[in-house]
Amino acid sequence: MSSGTLWTAVLVAAVGCYLLKLAGLSVPAAWVERPWVTRVVEFVPAALLAALVAVQAATSGPALVVDGRLAGLAVAALALALRAPFIVVLALAGATGALVHVLAG
Amino acid sequence: MSAARTATLRDAVGLGLAVGLYGVAFGAAADAAGLDVWQALVLSALMFTGASQFALVGVLGAGGSGLAAIGSALLLGTRNTVYGVRLAPLLAPRGVLRRVGAAHWVIDETTAMAVAAPDRELGRLAFWATGATIYLGWNLTTVLGALGASGLGGTAQAALDAVVPAAFLALLWPRLRRGFPEAAVQRRVALGGAVVALLLTPVVPAGVQVVAAVVAVALAGRPRTEADELASSPGDGAAPRTRPTSAREEDS
Repeated sequence: MSSGTLWTAVLVAAVGCYLLKLAGLSVPAAWVERPWVTRVVEFVPAALLAALVAVQAATSGPALVVDGRLAGLAVAALALALRAPFIVVLALAGATGALVHVLAG
Repeated sequence: MSAARTATLRDAVGLGLAVGLYGVAFGAAADAAGLDVWQALVLSALMFTGASQFALVGVLGAGGSGLAAIGSALLLGTRNTVYGVRLAPLLAPRGVLRRVGAAHWVIDETTAMAVAAPDRELGRLAFWATGATIYLGWNLTTVLGALGASGLGGTAQAALDAVVPAAFLALLWPRLRRGFPEAAVQRRVALGGAVVALLLTPVVPAGVQVVAAVVAVALAGRPRTEADELASSPGDGAAPRTRPTSAREEDS
């Protein structure tokens, strides 16, 4: 992807996200606080973040792949369940990914 | 300074430092996705909402189009609109300039801190103090992460590749944990989102599966309110996306 395309995506998304914030402070509350709007907004992060976890951990282009990333994710989930701090979770996931890379390489 | 103000400031700075760590992960993820340091920094300075930033670079990193990346960032940005509505009476920003400035810092953490404060004055202090520390820390650590990740060798690259999905999981995790409102439903929606994304991966252009995963929100079911009961149609009740029509009727 060209640098210009990247910059366009960066700037358009940044301005769009800012306008979404400004809208909340500016529009009448009744516009936003409808039951179905808040219901959808409450659950959008779970759906999208989980999709991103899956895509980042188990796909490569159009293919589903199993590699060190999935092993790292499993270790991260375990660390999160044990309430490890964020930085520890990332370090363990990274170490696992590197280990699998070395063993498989 | 009163003890309550000191406590509020201490909490705000503490949270700002903790959140700063995510900035390192974001900078590294942006680098892994092919963005340069300036693009990573502009995202942290201008977009300044972590989940959307991660989503944008995540989709771009997966080979997705700019449109899919923007779409996923905006979808995740919608919750800040709801936060703004909640914060408006508390902040009551006077004048256009103050509103334009306050809006930039309407994010998960500032909302949580402001809403949890014992009174309105402390709520405002919590908002501005949390916003300022997170803004500084987040931008600084973004640059550190982006610079640190560039020029990594093969094994370090494999480590970074494993760090990115783990960072997304860490963002998602608090929503799934017991204690979060409707955690069981959040888990169902998250599982649905992941399954939809994986099923679509082989058949849609890269990145589209992430935006499409938003259909999993339907698994949350209908909002449970009286107004909703009046407006709802019979059926399985699992499709908020099909309901704008009835919602419009409800308002007219």
